Amino acid sequence: MSAAGGETGSAQSRPSTYTPAPGHRYEVGDAVRVKRRYPPGHRRTPHYIRGKVGTVERICGAFPNPEELAYGFDGEPKKVLYRVRFVQKEVWPRYRGPARDLIEMEIFEHWLEPAGDTGGRT
Amino acid sequence: MTDSRIDYYAVKKHAHDHGDHDHSHDDHAPVAGEDEGPPSEFAIMSRAMQEILEAKGVITAEQVTRRMEQFEEDFPYRGSRVVARAWTDPEFRKRLLDDGKAACTEMGVDLEADRLIAVENTPEVHNMIVCTLCSCYPRALLGMPPTWYKSRSYRSRVVFEPRAVLKEFGTELPDNVTVRVHDSNADMRYVVIPMRPQGTEGWSEDQLADILTRDTLVGVTVPRVRT
Repeated sequence: MSAAGGETGSAQSRPSTYTPAPGHRYEVGDAVRVKRRYPPGHRRTPHYIRGKVGTVERICGAFPNPEELAYGFDGEPKKVLYRVRFVQKEVWPRYRGPARDLIEMEIFEHWLEPAGDTGGRT
Repeated sequence: MTDSRIDYYAVKKHAHDHGDHDHSHDDHAPVAGEDEGPPSEFAIMSRAMQEILEAKGVITAEQVTRRMEQFEEDFPYRGSRVVARAWTDPEFRKRLLDDGKAACTEMGVDLEADRLIAVENTPEVHNMIVCTLCSCYPRALLGMPPTWYKSRSYRSRVVFEPRAVLKEFGTELPDNVTVRVHDSNADMRYVVIPMRPQGTEGWSEDQLADILTRDTLVGVTVPRVRT
């Protein structure tokens, strides 16, 4: 399976519709943990994935911060958005399907920490 | 932090833990709108607002219905054309996988603000799309989402028992196929490129588009040659 999409620097003549993400902290393949935090407000990080460890599947680009946009601000500065791949059995201990099954979603950089860190764990 | 509108796992966990029976996963209600429970606070407010505006003669029910129909016309189902092209043109397929939005623009399909990620089914991987947080959907490509896509049942179950949901759609996958669920939870929108079935050799793009139903592009079913 091709893990990365077209974001991995393939030099093409067509302009990408994706926003570049200069200065991103994580690379494709990096192990990351979603922060286990429960701040109030509008968040795009599903509760069920907080505290879970996955790997960066692709870098989507930089997007206005939805946590600001939701309250009428301009969403600046933009935040880097990643697609993170998780193994279902690690997300749901009682998952009934085979160990190969995956779930992927988009997580903003400020919700991620290196998987080696224990910050955010209780 | 126990807002049941966003904490799906809490809702589901409760549903699973409250009984003293050990039920199988086959006895879930089928994926549909009937398990939606009482209307939400916003649904009630919306309904009340419409009734007040109608009573005051500001709007009519017909206008509301007309507006809803307009949404359907604004966002027709165009995904089948795009995927049929991907089936017949390997170079286009590659461009669609590289940058979905640009490839759609090439076919005259303007996705507006949507950033599109196309994911391809293979003999080893089956993809399916959900949005657990709300009901994000590539409207500009697939039209308005079906009711089941927006149902709490679909949104909460696909992420942790995708194979059970697939089975209810008549899609049974062997254990050696990876089920890859995509939670469309932020700025990306998704479309599945299904596998082209046998028996479609030599078909035109129009013929191929015919079997590329909306459900196949969400990944809950796979295209079949009608006999």
